[in-house]
Amino acid sequence: MATMTDPPSEGFRLSQLIYDTRYRSMTIQVVAFILIMSAFYWLANNTAQNLAALGKPINFGFLGTRAGYDINQRLVEYSNNSTHARAAFVGILNTLLVAALGCILATVLGVIAGVLRLSNNWIVARLMGVYVEGFRNIPLLLWILVIFAVMTESMPQPRDFREDGSARMILFDSVAVTNRGIYVPNVVFSRSLGGNEIEQAPVEAPVEAAPRTNAVGTYGSSRIATGGAGVDADAEQSGGPGATQTSGGNLAEGDIIPTSSGLDWLVILGVFVAGVVGARFISRWATVKQEATGVRPTGSFWMQVGAIFLPVIAVLVVLGAQFQYPQLQGFNFGEGIHLRNSLVALWFALALYTGAFIAEIVRGGILAISKGQSEAAFALGLRPSRTMNLVILPQALRVIIPPLISQYLNLTKNSSLAIAVGYMDVRATLGGITINQTGRELEGMLLLGTFYLITSLIISSVMNFYNSSVKLKER
Amino acid sequence: MSEVHAQTVAYVRDTMLPEESPPITEAGAVKWLRDNLFSSWLNALLTIASLFIIYWVLSHILGWIVYGIWDADSLTECRAIRDSLYGEGANVACWAVLGDRWEQLLFGFYPPQVYWRPVAALLVFFLAVAPVMFQRAPKQLLYLTAAAPFLCYWLLWGGSIWGPVLVAAGFGIGYAVLKFATPVIGNLGGMIATVLVPLIYWVVLVGPLAGALDNILPIGIRSIASNQFGGFMLALVIGISGIVMSLPLGILLALGRQSDLFIINKFSVIFIEVIRGVPLIVWLFTASLLLNYFLPPGTSFDLMLRVIIMVTLFASAYMAEVIRGGLAALPRGQYEGADSLGLDYWQSMRLIILPQALKISIPGIVNTFIGLFKDTTLVVFIGLLDPIGLSNSIRATTDWNGIYWELFIFIGLCFFVCCFAMSRYSQFLERKLATDRR
Repeated sequence: MATMTDPPSEGFRLSQLIYDTRYRSMTIQVVAFILIMSAFYWLANNTAQNLAALGKPINFGFLGTRAGYDINQRLVEYSNNSTHARAAFVGILNTLLVAALGCILATVLGVIAGVLRLSNNWIVARLMGVYVEGFRNIPLLLWILVIFAVMTESMPQPRDFREDGSARMILFDSVAVTNRGIYVPNVVFSRSLGGNEIEQAPVEAPVEAAPRTNAVGTYGSSRIATGGAGVDADAEQSGGPGATQTSGGNLAEGDIIPTSSGLDWLVILGVFVAGVVGARFISRWATVKQEATGVRPTGSFWMQVGAIFLPVIAVLVVLGAQFQYPQLQGFNFGEGIHLRNSLVALWFALALYTGAFIAEIVRGGILAISKGQSEAAFALGLRPSRTMNLVILPQALRVIIPPLISQYLNLTKNSSLAIAVGYMDVRATLGGITINQTGRELEGMLLLGTFYLITSLIISSVMNFYNSSVKLKER
Repeated sequence: MSEVHAQTVAYVRDTMLPEESPPITEAGAVKWLRDNLFSSWLNALLTIASLFIIYWVLSHILGWIVYGIWDADSLTECRAIRDSLYGEGANVACWAVLGDRWEQLLFGFYPPQVYWRPVAALLVFFLAVAPVMFQRAPKQLLYLTAAAPFLCYWLLWGGSIWGPVLVAAGFGIGYAVLKFATPVIGNLGGMIATVLVPLIYWVVLVGPLAGALDNILPIGIRSIASNQFGGFMLALVIGISGIVMSLPLGILLALGRQSDLFIINKFSVIFIEVIRGVPLIVWLFTASLLLNYFLPPGTSFDLMLRVIIMVTLFASAYMAEVIRGGLAALPRGQYEGADSLGLDYWQSMRLIILPQALKISIPGIVNTFIGLFKDTTLVVFIGLLDPIGLSNSIRATTDWNGIYWELFIFIGLCFFVCCFAMSRYSQFLERKLATDRR
């Protein structure tokens, strides 16, 4: 009869490193670590040798030197005398601008297309199917180029908008779609917090002021910067007396020139945020009341609407807000906001392309909710709208939101396709012209990569936070 | 009193009435229209709006497409023909550009005498993937699948046949070592030798050996440099190489990310997140601007090869995330079941986990493939002549200056056909593999 005994306690043998599962994982990791580190060392060593041979040690000093190039669209003050770091910052803001615009439009398009694709209307469902499959199966780059070509080749020239021309402005004469871009009304303030200038008697523009690079088009585009502080002041300074003529329009001497400054928009944004917070408080108060008494206080919804909008309207009135419509001046439009073709093409293409993906996500999310959920809600006596709001949507959103945010991430990264239409995003400034002018490829690409990486990590950590907060709580 | 039914009821019908046809509003096209197009006033509105959109689009482009001119040598000639046929300034397409330049759009600057080679390579590729994609394909084709990478390489780039043959032989050597050396030097030694011997063979022996064999027995076809590749063929070459190589790499990365081994796990996470966090354009610029910094001084490296490597790495990071989703979606019981059967890690992955995880992730994998294939258009920015790059250069010639839509439509259709076919295949595969809810 065999007796069980403890295995003989031997000392540590080298073969245990491989055959003993207790040590094997350690061995594998150490080997992997050594291999990875030596690969890194090899790369770093090569890089150091190559850089030494070229006489270009890694140095980020170029960021502080004069950029020397113009950027045709900017949200903050910038001129070709600014530094490369400032140029990179302008590019970053442009990237974020097109990404934000694109995300908003893509969400709207995607939700509409996704819901309509589920519609029992045969023709609408097919039409949305064509949209989704068309945009999902054709490269984004091609769409950007197509929309850019539509804008530049098929749209009327600004001079066609003259009285005898063939083109007309749309939306009550407020928006002009031309082959140089889209002109939309600007909001300006006659009592701007940034201070208003007074219309002066027309002065003959000095000859030196003539060759300034930011002529009407550029000047108009800087108005994209409705949130940008001091853009107009800068343009006034650099333009000298000539600028007053371009922006003055048909004002008489002594009138106040309505203008907008970053301060105005900051105040409006602040009031709006405060209103939203107030509305949340009203909603919470109404819920507490409802839970205590069983009756929701009448008019709490309209109180919320009022809390959000009334203060904003009041501030707009106090500041003297008014629309500044695009007007044909000579051969081009002045006033208003000039959305360049590059921005429009990139924005629409990104939004339409990502919208097709979002449509599929929305459709999948709604389909993922089992029919039993809506049937149970009807059995409880909920009306269809409340079934949607209280039962279906909260569950569908849990399925929809994570891939939706990853689509936002994709859209932000795809905005680097701006290169196709010459939109000045961060890749074009920091990763393009700056690298070409300074010859600092390594540093420039490193910074560019870091920017995108940080943006992605921020968005994905927000997504993880949201995910964990809406996750079904399981034990 | 049911027994006396016949007496109490005055009249009982003893014949069936002939079937009436349903009311006109409940049958045929009218019912279909009422159900599908005009079921409510909102639906009716949507239907009318859709019909208007369709009419508007078709009225603008249908004539343009149908009356297009196919026979001309330049845009000016096209316009002259148009003016004579349809009157001054009529809006019609000039498809002649496709007839004139389709070879360029498909093959780039590949020499026209050897167009048969890329076509043959494509055929070889289709034959090689047939046994993988369809169960009904003959299994003997699997040998072709093994040989296809080398055969396609040789057909596309040409040159001496000995290079690809000797490289392929390396795998044979590795297999032989595994088979015959393992009993002699033990499992671990065998494993290490299986990796090391072919590596040494490839690095040290293949070059001189190929040269020597080529001197003795020169078998070869005309060698084509990478910079002559272009057009849709370039997109296919980059896309297919990326697809084929990114799947195994992605599986390894996904396993690494799911692994308990700290260092391997962290390395995989960092690799995946860094690659995914940065747009492909930035990686392509890195490949074209920076790769020479990272390699030993004096190495120069084919641009197309760099692009293929970058695209592969990029797609493999996305693939890894898709497959990780599949791995995470498997119930824990599957892992535990595999462990309790006494399978080791690789066996359990190969036999139990991966077949199920990959099945779950098929839609995501194919979406990654489609994304990769569409992303091959980005190589135009680092100077490779993909279809979009060629459309720019066609437009830059005096003959075709100012032609846009015809080229865009052609390129878009080429991509659409490929991507749509891939997504249909993935749906077919999903249905075929849906064993659980039959």
